[in-house]
Amino acid sequence: MTAVAEPAVSAGTTRLAEQLRSTVGAERVLTDRAQLRTYECDGLANFKVTPAVVVLAENRQHVVDTVRLCSQAGVPFVARGSGTGLSGGALPSADGVLIVLSRLRRLHPVDADNARVVVEPGVINLWVTRDATPHGLAYAPDPSSQLVCSIGGNVAENAGGAHCLKYGFTVNHVLGAEVVLPDGEVVHLGGAAPEHPGYDLLGAFIGSEGTLGVATELTLRLIRIPEAVQTMLVGFRSVEDAAATVSDIIAAGILPAAIEMMDALAIEAAEAAVRCGYPPGAVAVLVIELDGPQVEVESQFSQVEQIARSRNAFETRIAADAAERALMWKGRKSAFAAVGRISPSYFVQDGVIPRTKLPEVLGEITRMADDVGLRVANVFHAGDGNLHPLVLFDDAVEGQADDAEELAGAILDLCISSGGSITGEHGVGHEKRGKMGRQFTAEDLDTMQLVRCAFDPHGLANPGKIFPTPRLCGERPGPRTAADTHDPALGEVF
Amino acid sequence: MTTATVGRRPGRPDEAVGGVVPREVVSPSTVAEVAEVMRAAAADRLTVVPAGGRSKTSWAAPPSSCDLLLDTSRLDRVVEHVAGDLVVVAEAGVRLADLQAQLGAAGQLLGLDPPEPGATLGGIVSANASGPRRLRYGTARDLLIGATVVLGDGTVASAGGKVVKNVAGYDLGKLYTGAHGTLGVVVSTTWRLHPVPVARRAVVLDLPAASAAGPLAVRLSRSTLTPSAVELVGTAGGAGQLLVLFESIAESVAAQASAAVTLLGGGSEVEELPATFGRRPGSPDDVLLRLAYLPTALPEVLAALPHGTAVTASAATGVAYAALASSDAVDALPALRAALARHDGTAVLLRAPEPVRGRLDHWGPVGDALDLMRRVKERFDPERRMSPGRFVGGL
Ligand SMILES: Cc1cc2nc3c(=O)[nH]c(=O)nc-3n(C[C@H](O)[C@H](O)[C@H](O)COP(=O)(O)OP(=O)(O)OC[C@H]3O[C@@H](n4cnc5c(N)ncnc54)[C@H](O)[C@@H]3O)c2cc1C
Ligand SMILES: Cc1cc2nc3c(=O)[nH]c(=O)nc-3n(C[C@H](O)[C@H](O)[C@H](O)COP(=O)(O)OP(=O)(O)OC[C@H]3O[C@@H](n4cnc5c(N)ncnc54)[C@H](O)[C@@H]3O)c2cc1C
Repeated sequence: MTAVAEPAVSAGTTRLAEQLRSTVGAERVLTDRAQLRTYECDGLANFKVTPAVVVLAENRQHVVDTVRLCSQAGVPFVARGSGTGLSGGALPSADGVLIVLSRLRRLHPVDADNARVVVEPGVINLWVTRDATPHGLAYAPDPSSQLVCSIGGNVAENAGGAHCLKYGFTVNHVLGAEVVLPDGEVVHLGGAAPEHPGYDLLGAFIGSEGTLGVATELTLRLIRIPEAVQTMLVGFRSVEDAAATVSDIIAAGILPAAIEMMDALAIEAAEAAVRCGYPPGAVAVLVIELDGPQVEVESQFSQVEQIARSRNAFETRIAADAAERALMWKGRKSAFAAVGRISPSYFVQDGVIPRTKLPEVLGEITRMADDVGLRVANVFHAGDGNLHPLVLFDDAVEGQADDAEELAGAILDLCISSGGSITGEHGVGHEKRGKMGRQFTAEDLDTMQLVRCAFDPHGLANPGKIFPTPRLCGERPGPRTAADTHDPALGEVF
Repeated sequence: MTTATVGRRPGRPDEAVGGVVPREVVSPSTVAEVAEVMRAAAADRLTVVPAGGRSKTSWAAPPSSCDLLLDTSRLDRVVEHVAGDLVVVAEAGVRLADLQAQLGAAGQLLGLDPPEPGATLGGIVSANASGPRRLRYGTARDLLIGATVVLGDGTVASAGGKVVKNVAGYDLGKLYTGAHGTLGVVVSTTWRLHPVPVARRAVVLDLPAASAAGPLAVRLSRSTLTPSAVELVGTAGGAGQLLVLFESIAESVAAQASAAVTLLGGGSEVEELPATFGRRPGSPDDVLLRLAYLPTALPEVLAALPHGTAVTASAATGVAYAALASSDAVDALPALRAALARHDGTAVLLRAPEPVRGRLDHWGPVGDALDLMRRVKERFDPERRMSPGRFVGGL
């Protein structure tokens, strides 16, 4: 586990803090170490760094001023929304500035006819749907943390949620962004119209984890609330049956709004925490939601029920009303936190595999956990193969935390070798940059760095995140293959 | 590798890209060959223009130079279709129509329907081409989950992957989408697929005034109906026909179509789509524009077009195609762009006949991110050898 980095604030940064005080207002600039501690980590508490300076921005101008002053002083800065990230993305720089955006909370009125709304980055995810609901609209991306996480953080992580199976991820629902580039210049990427000429820099920005600039305003697309929504809770006696049900549903040409899965340990934890009333004795449950026109939902629902039965489901329960549906979801959405009820500590992992490999990969994870004598609770977005293995451990037991960390890492390797990804929604951040070189080649990473260098040639925006070994932007990568040694065969071509 | 394997030969006049005849043409058949060609082109500082089906290479801004036309038609393998995962990996030269036929046999489809016959996956990605069903499936940027590109110096780089959900690293597939080959050659693409809907029904409604499609589209958008497409075919200042397409199970398309007739206050239900569905308007003599704007602005957009302009519009999404008479275009375009700008709108020139092509600004104003786009181009292609001059701001 990582130690707390000790203060290493340079004279330059101290001077910068003074400039910030006079420019954005002393009351918005924190340098008191006790106050700074509040911001030393995000939702991944095993990495901690106390920032040198925190700026509590209240409007775009504060962000522009702060970024510009950082750029002039050559001091790195890190954007922070609600700090719920789970990959150390908002981990501060010890000799840098942390720009907190949670006070940029303006929601403009919903444009109902165009199904759009403009918001500031500090706006909480759930507030968007709250404002949209009276118009029969909703904001589709619904991370489990939606009560607390910010839209700016969602955009930076390209956040997903249970309903992304059908509706797509944050990137499919953000049409425009106002971005403060790392030199303080303000640009508008995308907009309110569906297309704009030029490179899709908005698409590159979304999911860039704060490394390309700071978003100060977002234009979001809203979806129509469907005519019918039905939720079903299905109990199984084996994980394999549950996983096979997921594949069968998709193979039948049905695209549910969500298919979430929890295994026995996760169910036990959720029961202990929120009494969600999941079927007793279930080794795995699926929460399946269908939405759309009434006739479609009804017909597909009976199909889903049949498929589950044929895969030995022993209980299928259909939510009779909104309250029952909410309870089914409560069990799922509270699962991460609930695991605290059954284990002193745990790592939340986030990896993706092709959906068809669910049964074999889940079996392998169990074997790997057994080998090192640890328990893994699985709760995940089964429809799109996005696993969240929770590796349980006890800090009080010598060496167990290290074993758990190693197991969590080995699970990611398994995801990569299964043709998947090291992250489906939590991002690479600080935590997983060491794994990037396993998923991508050096050429792939160099090419991503070209984008970084175009946006941020001096590497001041959230340095040290995503990439294992950031290149200096002066270096010109070039192909690493046969290029260096001149290929004699080429003479024949040209 | 020999000249024969990449099919190197002199370019022909009928292969001109925007009027510029390529000095030479190559047709590599593997990613490794593309990389080799690009390294050799880098050594000789050749300008390169990638081409797919080449159905539309005469469209849009001409390149300032084209030493080498890189024809991707031999990169034509469907590498992997994992039906259970609803994912396909296919090379850039695969024709969309061929891919759809293969996927259809497994009851699946790629949710793209640009009308140009012969269009390849690489060309569709690079032009960000779309059709009426974008309302349901989105566009290439929403469906492309992985891409491999060969850069101007021969670097082979992949981004994304083979799983639908993936946030590791920058999503470069988005950047290559709509880049018109100015950042590199797209060689392989990975897509998220959808099941083929089992039933289809459309409602067709004749409109005395095409502009009436605007409020009707809003009415549809505010309902809980889930059409795949809401298409207007008509003329600015004249009449039109609105087509609302439903694709789902039989019970659903029947129920939705009849609900749509009630909602629209008329219209007839059809099972077969009219021949005009999804076609681009006008004739090759016209100047073809793609317009994008806030969806509710459709009536204002129609009003801003010269009277009688043939138009098709995806009325619920805010994208339209307009075929201006060549004689009108030079005078009309600036005013049209100014009118569109009030609705965050833009007009991009797709096709223009030779005499007027040089007198038109192809892309129009780009906004305050143009400088940043230039910096991206400089990083990817510092020598400006990839399709130079074809893109916004002369990139
Ligand atoms: C219990 C729990 C459940 C969760 N469930 C999900 C889930 O289902 N799906 C999911 O996707 N995630 C989930 N998360 C992770 C987390 O909530 C998301 O990553 C969320 O998007 C982070 O938002 P935030 O405002 O907390 O961002 P922060 O943690 O503050 O920051 C995250 C990243 O965004 C950057 N950033 C923040 N604001 C901006 C901005 N305005 N401009 C540029 N960069 C910015 C930061 O630099 C950092 O790199 C969960 C977390 C918890 C604790
Ligand atoms: C300049 C231009 C703009 C267009 N804009 C639109 C539009 O906005 N909406 C729409 O629906 N349709 C548009 N089209 C039509 C669109 O091209 C076709 O629907 C389809 O993409 C044609 O495919 P193709 O294989 O014939 O491509 P081609 O006509 O061969 O090429 C189309 C464009 O993509 C580039 N290109 C082709 N293959 C590759 C590759 N593998 N790697 C990199 N670049 C490649 C070409 O250089 C060219 O700029 C446009 C076409 C052109 C030429």
